[in-house]
Amino acid sequence: MTAHAPLAIEATALARSFGSTRAVDGVDLAVPAGAIYGVLGPNGAGKTTTIRMLATLIEPDSGSARVLGHDIVTESDAVRGLVSLTGQLASVDEELTGRENLVLLGRLLGLGRSAARTRADELLEAFGIAEASGRLVKNFSGGMRRRLDIAASIVVTPELMFLDEPTTGLDPRSRNQVWEIARALAAEGTTILLCTQYLEEADQLADGIAVIDRGRVIAEGTPGQLKASVGTGALHVRLLDAGCRVDAARLLEGVVGPVVLEPDPAALSASCSDADRAATGVAELSRAGFGIAEFSLAQPSLDEVFLALTGHLTEESDRTPEEQAS
Amino acid sequence: MSTATPATGTADTLAVRRAIASTARPPRPGRLSTALTFGWRGMLKVKHVPEQLLDVTVTPVMFVLMFTYLFGGAIAGSTAAYLQYILPGMLVMSVLFTTVYSGVSLNTDLTKGVVDRFRSLPIWRPAPLLGSLLGDSVRYVVAGTVIIVLGLVLGYRPEGGAPGALAALALVVVFSFGLSWVFSVLGLLMRSPNAVMNAGFMAIFPLTFLSNVFVDPSTLPGPLAAFVDVNPISILATASRSLMSGAPDAGAITISLVVAAALALVFLPLTTRLYRSR
Repeated sequence: MTAHAPLAIEATALARSFGSTRAVDGVDLAVPAGAIYGVLGPNGAGKTTTIRMLATLIEPDSGSARVLGHDIVTESDAVRGLVSLTGQLASVDEELTGRENLVLLGRLLGLGRSAARTRADELLEAFGIAEASGRLVKNFSGGMRRRLDIAASIVVTPELMFLDEPTTGLDPRSRNQVWEIARALAAEGTTILLCTQYLEEADQLADGIAVIDRGRVIAEGTPGQLKASVGTGALHVRLLDAGCRVDAARLLEGVVGPVVLEPDPAALSASCSDADRAATGVAELSRAGFGIAEFSLAQPSLDEVFLALTGHLTEESDRTPEEQAS
Repeated sequence: MSTATPATGTADTLAVRRAIASTARPPRPGRLSTALTFGWRGMLKVKHVPEQLLDVTVTPVMFVLMFTYLFGGAIAGSTAAYLQYILPGMLVMSVLFTTVYSGVSLNTDLTKGVVDRFRSLPIWRPAPLLGSLLGDSVRYVVAGTVIIVLGLVLGYRPEGGAPGALAALALVVVFSFGLSWVFSVLGLLMRSPNAVMNAGFMAIFPLTFLSNVFVDPSTLPGPLAAFVDVNPISILATASRSLMSGAPDAGAITISLVVAAALALVFLPLTTRLYRSR
């Protein structure tokens, strides 16, 4: 990827409100063609609204965007001719069979009757849902439904695909399958805009990431840059005695930096830039007599990225600011 | 950090890559072809969810039986005479009840997210709505036919014969095309399929009862009779009755068609606009 690669998506100050809620509040995006680009943020950050605007489902209140060179408002039809959308709700017809869903889309996209059937069977086979193809989609498992949904998006291979939280609610195996498919798509040259609330997912798939919060892009970079800005990981400590957590937090804060009290009443965590310092923190806790049940040094979670980038936690987490150790 | 492990029965990456690579974008289909494809979808739904048909026919069948045998003698002197009066009206009621399902199925599509898929496709935008009419019309014809056949079994004899009965069915179906857009708008505005169903029946139930479907309005108190006389459902029932009895009432038929056209004229563009922006 070079800085001069042609842009698949170029958004400037996109904004959209619903009533008094400003769902998207001036988003700028520059997505290079051929890349998997992650938009990372919690629920309600404005990811889905952004995707819906770019996929021409809703119009922005202000700002503008070009998708594959076409304006999303004045040339929306041209945009629709080049993109596919895999929505947060699986956008397939539950009252039709898997095969009928794909044949329907093939026909709508201009394939002849027999070409649509051939294509449907080819995709069902490739996505490992051939055996279930005669079943109504409402009887599909979550993973199968997701795969059918993605298959429906590539009945005709799009230039650009929107993947909106493709693995939310999936078990790890189904999630890995979806990741494989996304990688295969990208390898064949389709640009993917991936919305996700999981840093790990963005990390696994995306070449570049925009972090979005309260309708704005608050950080951009490669997964590596993003993680480096947060620290190589987070130190998680679980105490034997939940009662002394606040004291432990105060002590740990002096060694490794800002500490977050986790929902588990005995657990705390701190973003931490190096393993040595984390080890020192744990050792200090131990020396001060705090009984430690377990500890680990993990990849930064989205919560931690957020804490580092914004100074506040993701709004979806059930913690109030008062609960953060100050 | 985990890496994807190939598991059995999964998507085969090589096959996926082949499938992705193998397509060239075909030329866009025409408007008619697109609408017909959505019509095919409507038919498939009728095929896969036949309970829907059951839902809409059971109530009118119950009404025919109940009203004919419970009230028929008291209202019209004999059950046979009452059946002769009520059946063309029941045809109207049965088919009009079915129109509520246009809104319900549209709302179901919205809540399931499949509308997002359709709206993101490069297709003629009213096609999904117009295509669904085709599936709807199957439901209308089935609902109407069930009532006519039931009537024949119970001893109803249309003086207009088969042509009269078919003409009445056709008129009611055409009227329903107009009315269904009202419920489509409801389907786009309300939050759940159940809410659409409740609101729809809340509107159509009293309107059907405050018509001449069940009783001759001449015995009603003045203001009520006045309302019943102008109720489009009365006019449609009158038209249906006139066709089935072999003496077409040109006035009632014309008004019915005009009302249907007016409903479509107002609510079809509204439906299209809401469908696009929701």
